[in-house]
Amino acid sequence: MTVQERAALAEIGVSRPRKDAHEKLSGQAQYVGDMEVAGMLHGKVLRSPFAHAAIRSIDISAAVAMEGVAAVLTASDLDDIEPYYGHAIKDRPIIAIDRVRFAGEPIAAVAAVSEAAAEAAVRAIAVEYDELPVLGTLEQALAADAPKLHDRVPKVGLFHGLGDLGEQEGNVCYRYALRSGDVEAARERAAITVEGSYTFPAVYQYAMETHATIAHYHGDGVTLWANCQHPFLVQAEIADLFGLPIGSVRIIVGYLGGGFGSKSYTKLEPLTVALARKAGRPVRIVNRVEESMVTSRRHGMRCFMRTTAAADGTLLTREARFEMDTGAYADNGPRVTATAGDAAPGPYRFEAVEVDASCVYCNTAPSGSYRAFGATHLQWIGESQIEEVARRAGLDPVELRRRSLVLPGEPVRPDGSGKPLDADLVGDIERASGAVGWDEPKPPWVGRGVSVGLLAAGAHPVSRASVRLTSDGTADVYVGTTELGQGARTVMSQIAAEELGLSSDLVRVHGADTRFTPYDRSTGASRSTTVAGLAVKRAAENVAARLRETAGELWDVEPAVIELAHGRAAFAGEDVSFPDLIAKRFGFRGGEIIEGGEVRPEGGDTGSYAEGPHFWEVCVAGAEVEVDPDTGVITVLRTATVADVGRAINPQLVERQDEGATLQGIGNALFEELIFEDGVVMNDNLLEYRVPRVGDMPRRMRTIIVENADGPGPYGAKGCGEGALAAVPAAIVCALADAGVAMNELPLTPERVWRRIHEQDPPAGAEPNEERPT
Amino acid sequence: MGAIEIELTVNGDAVRADVEPQELLLDFLRERLGLTAAKRSCDVQVCGTCTVLIDGAPVSACNHLAFEASGHEVLTVEGFAQTAEFAEFESAFIRHAALQCGYCTPGLLLTLKSLRDNGELSSEEDIRHGLDGNVCRCTGYRSILEAARELAGLQS
Repeated sequence: MTVQERAALAEIGVSRPRKDAHEKLSGQAQYVGDMEVAGMLHGKVLRSPFAHAAIRSIDISAAVAMEGVAAVLTASDLDDIEPYYGHAIKDRPIIAIDRVRFAGEPIAAVAAVSEAAAEAAVRAIAVEYDELPVLGTLEQALAADAPKLHDRVPKVGLFHGLGDLGEQEGNVCYRYALRSGDVEAARERAAITVEGSYTFPAVYQYAMETHATIAHYHGDGVTLWANCQHPFLVQAEIADLFGLPIGSVRIIVGYLGGGFGSKSYTKLEPLTVALARKAGRPVRIVNRVEESMVTSRRHGMRCFMRTTAAADGTLLTREARFEMDTGAYADNGPRVTATAGDAAPGPYRFEAVEVDASCVYCNTAPSGSYRAFGATHLQWIGESQIEEVARRAGLDPVELRRRSLVLPGEPVRPDGSGKPLDADLVGDIERASGAVGWDEPKPPWVGRGVSVGLLAAGAHPVSRASVRLTSDGTADVYVGTTELGQGARTVMSQIAAEELGLSSDLVRVHGADTRFTPYDRSTGASRSTTVAGLAVKRAAENVAARLRETAGELWDVEPAVIELAHGRAAFAGEDVSFPDLIAKRFGFRGGEIIEGGEVRPEGGDTGSYAEGPHFWEVCVAGAEVEVDPDTGVITVLRTATVADVGRAINPQLVERQDEGATLQGIGNALFEELIFEDGVVMNDNLLEYRVPRVGDMPRRMRTIIVENADGPGPYGAKGCGEGALAAVPAAIVCALADAGVAMNELPLTPERVWRRIHEQDPPAGAEPNEERPT
Repeated sequence: MGAIEIELTVNGDAVRADVEPQELLLDFLRERLGLTAAKRSCDVQVCGTCTVLIDGAPVSACNHLAFEASGHEVLTVEGFAQTAEFAEFESAFIRHAALQCGYCTPGLLLTLKSLRDNGELSSEEDIRHGLDGNVCRCTGYRSILEAARELAGLQS
């Protein structure tokens, strides 16, 4: 193997099989609910049936006396700590203190020898409540006479990351605004005005594995086995809450049975730690699905939007005002709100933009992250207005976008701040429209739509990793990325293998254990390949440099000329295996090479939200739908998503990400909705909360991978896997409008669609199957 | 209520145990026998992740009482993985990357095995009908259909 031959990448761009396949297929893969530790007790949680109530009394005496019960935890056990947490705002008590703010809020928790014993004890706890007025909707929470849900002066959390907290007025926990240009002046020149009010439903991520934690509080600190996406952030919050040094909080993360954002930041961990602290023994809590449904969900939202344009379709202004229901506690609501605000203008060149967003406390279950948050909320609204502008201007919707989209290198944010566009959106949308038969003839009640958007991605670009080449020539990668199904371990093995000149079959990638694994900010915001992957690449490069040094000494040549491939170092026709090279380095059949790699804000990128994002994730899709005017039922005929990933490390895994996001998008667009009544979830089970099944697949589903090497990650990669979830509902809404049914409310249930079709006064000019202008 | 003595075969091994009348087969397998491949998720027989085979037929172990399995043969993925037939399923799933988080995977494998063993995996309609009781939140199903087609001997 020569340097020239080696120039082609051996591992990058190759669809290697998943590293975790055998473990998962054979049933050996362990999830937290499958794990037991010695002496472990089982925890169960008593949750409030009321959405808003004062707690008059809690009587645990009967529960404590029951057989098999080791401990019963209530708020009175937390007097020695400051028991409020929240990575953005420290507004949430570990367990309800005097007052409950959502139905499902923990009131007490029991640790017992079995789940059945714990459950029986939970039932024996007597609580007296005084019901309070329920602010179950945004309207109720924002009413002038609404009671304040939080009386404490808000304290900023450890990972707020959004600048000043600002003053909280009423039940608004966070505001975000974008301003550029003079909206009123620009609007005066408008010939086309499209405006409307829209609603977006609360939905549930439904990671099939519920939240689960094992905690062991001992003399040296606390050890947790948790299915968390961001172990290092949870570690810091647990340390902060319980007054422990960060290093004495150990979090071990195995496989996650899906995350999609539901397991981001801190969830069940503080309560489990508190219960284990009281019990003096390890405790495992595994949520039932109805408990996880009130642990995290996507924000419901209402929005007013107005778009104006000149008669020829030249875009002038975009205004958006929206409120998001963050539930009883902020969780990730502030960042979701800010990201939605960023997505509100869409990637278009408007003369003037005005966005005002509020994140609002309500007596509902807390909302947090869900794949492509913010973008999913706003893209379908903005794009349906672009669709309508095109129709009124007599332009093909793709042509309007071709004229109006931000171009590569141009600023995305209307005020010019932050990362300029790092993608070819016009090319992307042309591909998506072509793939759904844009110019083909359309039968009645069939419509086609495209959508384009951007998602602020990458979060804070801080990751470390280490790579260890052992004396047998195999390697280990230690990286904090959580394997939650996306295939991170496979991709990380390919990146390390590429740099080492080793087959990825010989590279092991391990789950995070905060005691040993280098720091990684989080697994989310599509950052793993881009940010953590770059740390792995740098660590592997550093190992490769040591190998070259040793080989250079061996042959008395410059290290740079040494070629590494197939597990061997080579120069001028001579070669030596990695095990032999390591043996030469140490003079002994042993030793190893360990190096680290680091990614931190660099090159003017401070990593703050205002300066970021680290990259823009592309959200582009096309859809073709058919609507049955007699029933309102929508059939998704074709979807095409564009995975504009810079560089596909593993193309098959990229496609699989987009396919999964497409089905979640179809669920979010067509039928998923958490229904609240007086703050209580009415459909907290999988019979009444329907998720997509195999029959909900589009007849044709395509992923188009675009590789322009324009990302900040390894080999020009940038993240993927979220964009399709924002883009697909928007493309479906646009396709439905193209079929003659303009909708302003999701999900697009048959009843809503039927009513819209059969309204006395249909949307102006939206006759079914109107000829598309050419 | 007293315990009930049951005798059954689990993955080919004879098992005798005392179970509570209300004890679910899923808890019996997971907690008593340590066979954790069958997972709990929806608890209402919708998602299919707790699927095991009883005498070759798929059941949702989350809604099946342990004592009802007495006298029958139970197969979980731990047992299936020991058979020669499993290799074919494994290679189809790996080739198509028909798994992501892996949580639904054991239930899917056993559903597919049962369908094929019972001659119910011979057409596209069969596959879609047969997999309607298995939710996968990660894959969007396409890769699973591809693997199923391969196992059914259909052209992908």
